Amino acid sequence: MTPDSMQFKTTEEVDFVIVGSGAAGGVLAKELSTNGFRVVVLEQGPRLSEKDFLHDEISVLQENLLTNHPDLQPTTFRKTTAEQAKVQRAIAYGRLVGGSSVHFTANYWRFHEVDFRERSRCGPVAGTGIADWPISYADLEPYYTKVEWEIGVSGLAGASPFDPPRSKPYPMPMLPVKSSGVLFERAGKKLGWHPFPTPMAILSQPRAGRGACVNCGFCWGYACEVGAKSSTLASVIPMAERTGRCEIRANSYVCRVDVDDSGRATGVIYFDGKKTIQKQRAKAVVVCANGAETPRLLLNSANKLFPNGLANSSGLIGKYLMFNSNARSVAVFEQPLNDYKGYAASRVIHDFYELDPQKVGFYGGGALDARFDVTPYYFALGYLPPDAPRWGTGFKEVLSHNYARTMQVHATGTSLPVETNSFSLDPDLKDAWGLPALRMTYKDHPDDIKLVTWMTERAMELLDTAGAKQKWTLPIAEQQFSVHLLGTCRMGDDPLTSVINPDHRTHDVKNLFLCDGSSVVTSGRGQPTMTIQALAYRAADRIRGLAKRGEIAA
Amino acid sequence: MENTQNRRRFLACGLSGATTAWIAANWPTALGAAQHAHNAMRSAAPARLEFFTSEMAAEIEAAAARIIPTTDTPGAREAGVVYFIDRSLTTFAKKDGELYKKGLQRLQAKTRELYPDVARFSAATPEQQDAVLRALDPGPLTSERPFRHRQGEPDFFERLREHVILGFLIDPDSDRRGNKDGVGWQAIGREREHLFRPPFGYYDGGYAGWNKEQTETEKR
Repeated sequence: MTPDSMQFKTTEEVDFVIVGSGAAGGVLAKELSTNGFRVVVLEQGPRLSEKDFLHDEISVLQENLLTNHPDLQPTTFRKTTAEQAKVQRAIAYGRLVGGSSVHFTANYWRFHEVDFRERSRCGPVAGTGIADWPISYADLEPYYTKVEWEIGVSGLAGASPFDPPRSKPYPMPMLPVKSSGVLFERAGKKLGWHPFPTPMAILSQPRAGRGACVNCGFCWGYACEVGAKSSTLASVIPMAERTGRCEIRANSYVCRVDVDDSGRATGVIYFDGKKTIQKQRAKAVVVCANGAETPRLLLNSANKLFPNGLANSSGLIGKYLMFNSNARSVAVFEQPLNDYKGYAASRVIHDFYELDPQKVGFYGGGALDARFDVTPYYFALGYLPPDAPRWGTGFKEVLSHNYARTMQVHATGTSLPVETNSFSLDPDLKDAWGLPALRMTYKDHPDDIKLVTWMTERAMELLDTAGAKQKWTLPIAEQQFSVHLLGTCRMGDDPLTSVINPDHRTHDVKNLFLCDGSSVVTSGRGQPTMTIQALAYRAADRIRGLAKRGEIAA
Repeated sequence: MENTQNRRRFLACGLSGATTAWIAANWPTALGAAQHAHNAMRSAAPARLEFFTSEMAAEIEAAAARIIPTTDTPGAREAGVVYFIDRSLTTFAKKDGELYKKGLQRLQAKTRELYPDVARFSAATPEQQDAVLRALDPGPLTSERPFRHRQGEPDFFERLREHVILGFLIDPDSDRRGNKDGVGWQAIGREREHLFRPPFGYYDGGYAGWNKEQTETEKR
């Protein structure tokens, strides 16, 4: 199809086309449009609004109201490249305007200084491509602050002795503590650790026309009915649209970045809601499609100039996939916690953020948080004690007794970057649009498993100290599924060992930028969205500077 | 299916004056929506079967009542789980229709095998019904996690168990016809509202407030 057959009003090229409207795409749309650029955002999912956001576990968790549907966009999985990949749901991400920021849990701590300097700190780690970031925490600090103030983050500055330096306090007070948080805080302090109020991208006070959290308890996997969760849909996308220079085009599934004979991107090809091919022309392309769909789009954009995938001279697109290792411990207490009320996690511990490999025998670090994030049905299926009856009077008794008395301690931590852990194109499977499907290859580095096992021992120690009547850990297994999709187009100074430069510009295509979970070099210790958004604010600053100096068009 | 009765329904659940004032202060656009939700609330129409025959429904209801029995609190029967499953089989679980039809045959075959003089599952005693269901129960499978589809062929008992639990605990204000009058939530100790204010539970009730220094004090 030629641009002449397009059905848009604007056949002229816009300044930027952004692929994806999630945590990063929404921020870039707002930043670029408010700085005078004309922006089209193409979002593969629909545009939903608060009236569509229900507490119906079926539509959300079974019918994929908010997420990619495994029947329409199937994936395959294998542990190693020697295996034949099998069709299996390997990823979930928000597939609607606002992306995964709509359904996330909203834990919003910043990465620490060490996260940007892990290679220097620890030296090489066998079997990994661990590397320093080309930017430091100090480079990102102003943008972390911008995230907090612009999208709305509640928290208490200075509450954690492990927090990196910050230029401003949080814009809103911390959210109310939950019973799980009180038990966690008391026990943590008894053990000499330093629990602190979890920073959350949820409004504790009304702000910018949005309501404060009503503690309905449907955060994790759900969309906020009152706009208190600081998704890009609730926060920055309306700001972008108010400029009159930004169009959010829903139901627009991008299948290729188009490149001319000189190797410059000219726009993107996409399927509209009727599965008709369209082309949006643009002076520059910014891909924010997430750590799975961004590498897939680039690999699907291979052409004669870029036979191995667009901007893939390094061969690293899709590689060094990281998830964040994680494990859950569950405990039952004597009195009702009613932790189904309120947001997920009210207290967190960072005492184990930087563990000494010499002492513990593995590389990495992690966090523990006190939480209850499961809705009633999944609680009944997955959070009763391992020895509980599965049906009948005994099942009902345990379910009825435990529901209000249960909490979890969630351990999250490092995933080491392993080159063979990757997204690639499945050679056989296609999605409902006929595009090659994603194939995930993933096997946790042994240190990741050692880390979460060690973290779980701390979690159990804490729950014991807190006076739990019964406690257990959900089985720790090698991961085959994730919602944290990180590191697949890593940032770096050297075009041989990275895909994008510190300006988020691809080393190979001058007017092609990537910004999302794929940009990160290392995984942090969990909760990456805050950092993805700080990167997006910074990327917007860098891109704006390049554009103003004429260094994109040239 | 008309969904408007779901929206904002947590505002429609008998708000006290204090809560209304709190909403007005914290949530400027909400009160109009609350009114909308009130207007949209429908009176419950009598339940009608959409997939099962009444004979099939009687068997499913009997089985559901053993999976979540009526005790001193309501069970699957009072929660209208059979109507939930009935609607599920014409909506999100449409592909399970055959599984249920074949499963009902297995249920009766197993009943006749174990109790030759019992005409059908629903006519058996609760103890006999439990024995039949135990014979059909494949036992624990891999741990259940959200977003994931179970691998392999579905099993009738396991799917029935899931659907009974889901029908007992689904948001009662959804149009899924489960958790009638919120009795499932009542049984597990979950309040029907969708809007809560702290203190939430026993342990945060007496929380003295954040005190960073406490750790250092306790260390000494």
